[in-house]
Amino acid sequence: MALGAGAITTALVGQAVVPAYAANDSADLIKKFTGGKEPTVGRIRLDLPEIAENGNTVPMTVSVESPMTEQSYVTDVLIVADGNPRAGVVTFHFSPASGVAEANTRIRLASTQNIIAVAKMNDGAFFTAKKEVKVTIGGCGG
Amino acid sequence: MAAAAVRPRIKLEKKSAKKGEIVEVKALVAHIMETGQRKDSAGKTIPRKILNKFTCTVNGKEVFSADFEPAVSANPYIQFKFRALESGPVILTWTDDDGSTIVGQDSITVT
Repeated sequence: MALGAGAITTALVGQAVVPAYAANDSADLIKKFTGGKEPTVGRIRLDLPEIAENGNTVPMTVSVESPMTEQSYVTDVLIVADGNPRAGVVTFHFSPASGVAEANTRIRLASTQNIIAVAKMNDGAFFTAKKEVKVTIGGCGG
Repeated sequence: MAAAAVRPRIKLEKKSAKKGEIVEVKALVAHIMETGQRKDSAGKTIPRKILNKFTCTVNGKEVFSADFEPAVSANPYIQFKFRALESGPVILTWTDDDGSTIVGQDSITVT
C-alpha cells in the first residue's frame, strides 16, 4: 500500500521530479530515434573505460551482433550521453557492405554519467545497452 | 587553420584482401571540434565549429558513415570495418559545419 501511494505522489509531482540521470535531452533523442518504440536490452557490446581520468577524450567502441547480410543487418546506432550538456554524441550508419556493425571513436564526457547505445535493425527492431563511466576531470572546457 | 590544408591520417588493416574478407580502417584528422558551448575570456560564446559528418566509400559505394555531435573529441578518431567486395579507391570524407570538406584516400585490392 505504502508503495502504491508513493507511486501516485511521484506521478502527481512528475514535472518537478528530476531523475538522477535524465537532466538532458537523452530520453527525447532516443524516443525520436526509435519512433517511440521501447528498445530491447541486448545484442550490443559497449566498450568504455570504467574510469576516465580525462573526459576530453574517452575511447568508445560499440559493436552489435548481426550477420550483416541483405536479409538481416544493423542500419543505425545512436550513442547518447545522459550527463553532458547535450545528449547527442554520434550516430553510426551501417549497411551489409560494412560487413560488421562495429565502430570506435573518442568522445567528450562532462562528468560521471551513462553512455547509452541504441541500435536499429533493418526489420525495425531496436536494441539497447548502457554503460556508466566515472569521469575524474570533465571534458567540456569552460 | 584552413580545412583544405588538413591531411587526414588513414590506415587500412590490409592493402589487399580476399573477396568477402573484413578490412578494418583507422583514421585520424586534425580539427578543433569547437562545441559551441564554451565561452571566451570576455564571456562571449565561442561559435560552434565541428566536423558533423563522416563518410567512407569503397569503389564509389558507401560502406560506413557517421554523424558527429560536439561530444566527439577534438582531432576526431574513427575506426570501422568494411567487407571487401571490389577493388578500388577507399575515400574518406569529413564535412565541416562551414560546408567545406576534408578528403583522404587509400585503396584496396580484392583478389
